[in-house]
Amino acid sequence: MQPGLQAYLTVAGILFAIGFFGVLLRKNTLVIYMCLELMLTATTLALVAFSRFYGTMDGALFVFFIITVAAAEVAVGLAIIVALYRRRRTVQVDELNYLKH
Amino acid sequence: MSAFFFYFFSALSILAALLVVVNREAVNSAMCMIVALSGVAALFVLLQAYFLAVLQIVVYAGAVMVLFLFIIMLLDTSARRIHVTEMNLVAAIAALLVLAGGAIWLAHQFPSVGELPKLTELPTDQAPLAYSTAAKAFGYGLFTRYMLPFQVAGFLLLIAMVGVIVLSKRPGDAKSDPVKEPRP
Repeated sequence: MQPGLQAYLTVAGILFAIGFFGVLLRKNTLVIYMCLELMLTATTLALVAFSRFYGTMDGALFVFFIITVAAAEVAVGLAIIVALYRRRRTVQVDELNYLKH
Repeated sequence: MSAFFFYFFSALSILAALLVVVNREAVNSAMCMIVALSGVAALFVLLQAYFLAVLQIVVYAGAVMVLFLFIIMLLDTSARRIHVTEMNLVAAIAALLVLAGGAIWLAHQFPSVGELPKLTELPTDQAPLAYSTAAKAFGYGLFTRYMLPFQVAGFLLLIAMVGVIVLSKRPGDAKSDPVKEPRP
């Protein structure tokens, strides 16, 4: 049996949920960032599946823009993390409590 | 056969994604992330989006993850115990279940389309751009209907580049800037 649209959407949903789980659970900023990327990838999978099963190009083109934005986001985000590490000597979220006190 | 590959690669990417979350070491997480992204690229191939699959491997599994690995090794974030508070764990698992359940429920709202629809020729006029495997179709779409977003995306990359340069400069660097130093 050929896997249908539902199957692809289910996989995308599970991947997105795992990414979200990671963002909530982990304390390391870099791992949180990776989980964010995972969520973005899950959405691209859903977009490609929709695009293919409905026979239009738009979803696949949107994936282009998502990949572009993700690449830009990673570059800026990692630069921010490095700058943060220089100042605070840590990348653990629970130690970055400057605003708390 | 296609079904077998679908289940194999979805299981692979979901498993690797879980390992990303539960791994202690950030480096191991990054390695598992590469596997997960490659699995998604394989699913793209099954959806006949060959161009996007290549792009996924080159940009995500290649460039982005190499950048991640560089930063992880640069910062030397030695493995700390993941101390998870109970509240945190309960909230995270509840969110995972709600989100996954919601996503699966939503996925089943769509009519089951079993077979992949037939591919059509490149579009001519105003009709919605038809799905095509050719890289040409991507170019056609990007330079006609999505011209403005395309330009904005290019500008976004420029902004990101400038932003990274500004962010990674040390505060005192401006004085030692060779351009501003007086010529001898």
